[in-house]
Amino acid sequence: MPDYTRTHLQQLEAEAIYVLREVAAQFERPVLLFSGGKDSILLVHLARRAFWPGRIPFPLLHIDTGHNFPETLAFRDRLVRQMDVELLVRYVQDSIDRGRVVEERGPTASRNALQTVTLLDALIELRADAAIGGARRDEEKARAKERFFSHRDRFGQWDPKNQRPELWNLYNGRKTPGEHFRVFPLSNWTELDIWQYIQAQGIELPSLYFAHRRDVFSRDGVLLAVSPYLSLLPGEKAENRLVRFRTIGDMTCTGATESAATTVAEVIAELIASRISERGTRADDKRSEAAMEERKRQGYF
Amino acid sequence: MAGDLLRFTTAGSVDDGKSTLIGRLLLDCRAILEDQMAAIERASRSRGDPYLDLALLTDGLRAEREQGITIDVAYRYFATPRRKFIIADTPGHIQYTRNMITGASTADLAVVLIDARKGVVTQSKRHGFIASLLGIPHIVVAVNKMDLVEYRQEVFEAIVAEYRAFASKLAVPDLTFIPISALHGDNVVHPSQAMPWYDGPTLLHHLERVHVGAGRNLVDFRFPVQMTIRNHPDFRGYAGQIASGTIMPGEEIVVLPSGQTSRVQEIITYGGSLAEAAAGDSVVLRLADELDVGRGDMIVRRRNLPLIADRLECTLCWMSEEPLRLAAPYIVRHTTRQVSARIVGLDYRIDVDTLHRELAETLHLNEIGRVTLETSQVLCCDPYALNRATGGFILIDVATNNTVAAGMIRRAAQNGVVNIQPPRLRSSDVAWEEATITRAAREARNGHLAAVLWFTGLSGSGKSTIARLLERRLFPLGVQTFRLDGDNVRHGLNGDLGFSPADRQENIRRVAEVAKLAFEHGAIVLCTFISPFRRDREFARSLIPAGRFIEIYVKCDVATCEARDPKGLYARARRGEIAEFTGISSPYEEPQTAELITDTQTQSAEACVEEILALLRSRGILR
Repeated sequence: MPDYTRTHLQQLEAEAIYVLREVAAQFERPVLLFSGGKDSILLVHLARRAFWPGRIPFPLLHIDTGHNFPETLAFRDRLVRQMDVELLVRYVQDSIDRGRVVEERGPTASRNALQTVTLLDALIELRADAAIGGARRDEEKARAKERFFSHRDRFGQWDPKNQRPELWNLYNGRKTPGEHFRVFPLSNWTELDIWQYIQAQGIELPSLYFAHRRDVFSRDGVLLAVSPYLSLLPGEKAENRLVRFRTIGDMTCTGATESAATTVAEVIAELIASRISERGTRADDKRSEAAMEERKRQGYF
Repeated sequence: MAGDLLRFTTAGSVDDGKSTLIGRLLLDCRAILEDQMAAIERASRSRGDPYLDLALLTDGLRAEREQGITIDVAYRYFATPRRKFIIADTPGHIQYTRNMITGASTADLAVVLIDARKGVVTQSKRHGFIASLLGIPHIVVAVNKMDLVEYRQEVFEAIVAEYRAFASKLAVPDLTFIPISALHGDNVVHPSQAMPWYDGPTLLHHLERVHVGAGRNLVDFRFPVQMTIRNHPDFRGYAGQIASGTIMPGEEIVVLPSGQTSRVQEIITYGGSLAEAAAGDSVVLRLADELDVGRGDMIVRRRNLPLIADRLECTLCWMSEEPLRLAAPYIVRHTTRQVSARIVGLDYRIDVDTLHRELAETLHLNEIGRVTLETSQVLCCDPYALNRATGGFILIDVATNNTVAAGMIRRAAQNGVVNIQPPRLRSSDVAWEEATITRAAREARNGHLAAVLWFTGLSGSGKSTIARLLERRLFPLGVQTFRLDGDNVRHGLNGDLGFSPADRQENIRRVAEVAKLAFEHGAIVLCTFISPFRRDREFARSLIPAGRFIEIYVKCDVATCEARDPKGLYARARRGEIAEFTGISSPYEEPQTAELITDTQTQSAEACVEEILALLRSRGILR
């Protein structure tokens, strides 16, 4: 008798592909939000699988804060060529120059909050009706109640108390003009699932995810990379350490972890032994207990 | 990549300790990490709680944290070396019935929590009812707070007895009871030291081992087309996720609702072409012929069609603040198909606490009713009880675009079936004589539905004995029965046939056609044939509408059958006097998709008959 059982990774892959195809079928101008992190890289690979042997039928949209790790941009451009997909980039610097946002000042300044404005402006400019993101429900508790198809009003905002019920695999993407949807095909994946899938499929990642030597300093318990975008406070001291990144965002807020893991298998082994959650390395979530929920309501990724 | 996936839902009120139970599972499975733990400790201290408040882990949104209640479905994840788990954590208050339904729609298992001090309360029953309504195959009743009743066995046993009595009214295939204390961790992950009288599994042990395929239909191939994929002018493939069943290249298919036929040329994935694909797989199908196929169409096997109807009897769960407006326009989303629809009749409302039927003018938020749905175009669907993937739909408000209801299809309404008959095996010059008295009319008079019960199994396994006993039980109930027996038909109708594979196939073909005639005349047809080949049984199945063909595998090993040998056939086969004797010199292909497996080795024929009667009742064939 043939074996019809499927592993959890096969089931998660089939679900993500189904959701990506629903986006292509239900919306006119979707975009895939590309951050340069492993989750959005994985999304691009899943989109490739979803529409194979056809092309990915929507562009990637990268909101560039100007504070990226240089490795991220080089990797992005290579991936776009390999995957034969269109890339659009919009810059936070342009929003600052146009006076849409005011840059934060001081040594803890970050452009992380500013990119929400650039993103929403870009969605309006592109008349995008769906923005596919790599967010997962296991990342943070405000995300645990997020839908696969998450409705956003004309101001790009999320109303967590008034979400549409989502039953079976029937996703309701109907909306009035001006509204859009955020779609999260990786909703049911955990960090470990992501890594196991990357291992099983041999997916390439930026070198930042693996152990390397780098100048870092400690701030509020987070190890930050020394960069032109951050100035050291009194008492802070740069040290050269063996580190890797578990998530990749701006250089200003992405914390490194000390690690000697140089391969996917070693990262997985480290992850299984690890006792700190992924977003525990993000300075942007530590601002308050409800920090993520606040930012999501306003239209953050 | 080892380990499969179990999706389960938890229902229970705040006071039952549901969030604490989930917190306990996550904590004891080491799914809570240091920084998350530190956040809970901080929050517990600031609220002045005397103990670590595990509920803080799952009550996500700020409003919930402030009010101390869960108001939406929250999804949680953990894994053990055996399995990955997705928990849909749903609130238990009656005003959140819609959230419970949402969580239940994708679950393979439901954990219903009961507070040991309070016993079975109204809402424990409601949770069981909703789980059975949404077709969840496994229910675990976790009797919590055993620590507060001194871990007494009689408290647990009384709750088990009361809940079992209630659940007998529901269609719950698998019901398990576990006494626990979520606060102290008894029988959650680790066996309890305090309840030596309980020797069953812990909750996690049960979750790790429960059979996850129970809710998955691998018989009826249904492929709702999501979109067309093109890469150059001559390539066209149809992308979708297989809703149920399996498919291989070369199989004959029909595209519904158009009725065009073709064959599957290739099953394409990024990783390469597949020799076979099954329910849940996301694939691209390429067909042998150029057809006009698009989103919302359904590809099925030629000999296994779904219901094709534009009037359907359904159960509807209302999820909007705005009540149901009868006869007003709504949109139905069913598989990948979207059509305009109206609710043209509301038969009754079901009181979710008492299960009583009540007359109603409309349905309000969180109310459940039996309705008739009329659609602008046909839906290709199956009864929800047989196929969750093609039996469920959502109703969308045209004005607000909100999802306002979840529906579960029960059957086609009278005059609702639309006939799309693709060409099937028949003499080309014989037109099908439409019965002027319809089967539905005969069924209405008989007071039961027509069905074909196909008993398969080795010679001597007990097929005929069980069928005779069953017929004797059905007769006094006024049930129209019709019995077709292997030995009898070979004396007359099939007297010209032997036992070669080709003759066996022809034997079954004739019998299946006769069964279909009797079925159309409203009978419950009892067919008792060794029918050793899966292909032949699938042929018989293909003639009968989905849900009405009940394959019963009468299971008994060869040694036992040979010891019984009621007709001395095994002895003769052993002596070489009978060629191609099933089990001795000819194979028996065990059913993979039988509706019922009844074991005559371990139980009496009477017990088998009881199992069959229960199945017929649960499927609505008998009232």
